[in-house]
Amino acid sequence: MNFTINEHSYEVELDNRTSLLDLLRDHLEFTGTKKGCDQGACGACTVLVEGERINSCLALAVQYQGRAITTIEGVGTAGETHALQRAFLEHDGFQCGYCTPGQICSAIGMADEIKRGVPSAVTEDVAAHNIDFSDEEIRERMSGNLCRCGAHNGIVEAVRETFAEELGS
Amino acid sequence: MRAFRYEKAADAAAAIKFFAQGAQAKYLGGGTNLVDLMRENIERPETVIDVTGLSREIRDAEDGGLVIDAGTKNTAVASHRAVRERYPVLAQAILAGASAQIRNMATVGGNLMQRTRCYYFYDDAARCNKRARGQGCDAIEGFNRIHAILGASSHCVATHPSDMCVALAALDAVVHLEGPQGRRRLKLVDLHRLPGDTPDIETELGAGELITAVEIPALPFAMRSSYRKVRDRSSFAFALVSVAAALDVDDKGNVRDVRLALGGVAHKPWRATAAEQVLRGAPASEENFRHAAEVELKDAVGLAGNAFKIELAKRVIVNTLQKLAMEPGAGS
Repeated sequence: MNFTINEHSYEVELDNRTSLLDLLRDHLEFTGTKKGCDQGACGACTVLVEGERINSCLALAVQYQGRAITTIEGVGTAGETHALQRAFLEHDGFQCGYCTPGQICSAIGMADEIKRGVPSAVTEDVAAHNIDFSDEEIRERMSGNLCRCGAHNGIVEAVRETFAEELGS
Repeated sequence: MRAFRYEKAADAAAAIKFFAQGAQAKYLGGGTNLVDLMRENIERPETVIDVTGLSREIRDAEDGGLVIDAGTKNTAVASHRAVRERYPVLAQAILAGASAQIRNMATVGGNLMQRTRCYYFYDDAARCNKRARGQGCDAIEGFNRIHAILGASSHCVATHPSDMCVALAALDAVVHLEGPQGRRRLKLVDLHRLPGDTPDIETELGAGELITAVEIPALPFAMRSSYRKVRDRSSFAFALVSVAAALDVDDKGNVRDVRLALGGVAHKPWRATAAEQVLRGAPASEENFRHAAEVELKDAVGLAGNAFKIELAKRVIVNTLQKLAMEPGAGS
């Protein structure tokens, strides 16, 4: 099977049963993406597919052949970090760091959803053209990513600061 | 997980053909439920037919309604302009369900076909008539906070977990099917079954029948509709009770028409026809909303862990209708 990950192409021989998460971690050594619950509840495995965030643990790799997949390794590197990664450092958006790659990929996907006008469960008027980029919206939209260290306040601050200019406060 | 053969279908005809050729076949959408169940060995298909390559269009129907192809992602439905303006209850219901990641993966067809989240169904060390007919049910005497209060049986008290389906039930949605015997249409409220003594049979679909689209008829007053979901945490949790409602009030303050459905209370999305009947023509008052709720929940039966849902459902019905009645533009 052929996969496109972080703009590189990979040819892998793979059992149909392999999840996208296990493909990334066990076959291609993209170990930045984490396995938490392995059942779609925690969000640690969040990656971007053509810019949309998904749970890679619930995805059969075979369904994602040929699609543009971005993992945390494609978001930023130690030498060239993403603005959101710097904001996580600045605002203590983590303690143990295990949920962080998923949080960051998820927040990038979230920002794009807001830009496209996707409403959420706390959007007052679902037909509104502009989404208010409030802390309430951030919390609701990030509810698929758990942080058992309880760094949520720092995460919200980091996300708000990074995307405030782009999405309005 | 059992080994399986993977086929990707380009269209409905190809999918149905793969189904007929493969042993113990299953259609696969986004995988958010089926992959999880396969990993738990509760679903053990030999052939998995990926139907995410099928059309995922949302288009206007001839009567002014909307046709949503079954492969459309949940996020795409909730973001669609026509859905948000004409059927806000549907956008709200979808957005009340799951997480953003799951909504990006999950398809409309898969949402309809998702299976119960009863803990005992998921736990193969427990007895479950849905997993193995005749085995017994550990939920009835067990932890049953999330279980059914309407239409349950002594064999099964599981609930259908979908939020989207509750809105679709209220909106009189019709499911388009294609199978080895051809095409047909089925009302969404007739798609899912009550458990009776065969809780393992969950829908009216025939072998190999595939959901290709969901059609929502025109319903102008649905632009004043809403979905209210009550759950144990404020986001990313299944419903304890949910209410989908659309309300049309005339200039005298009487109910001209109403659509009402409940989630989290039964083995299927529960269309509240008895309550609707009470309300049509009656003054849109809190008293009448309460009376309609009482009539709808008359036959509700509570278990040790979920009896609270009977009163909760009544209050959520009243509250949801009250809010709609007070919305600007109501009563014209």
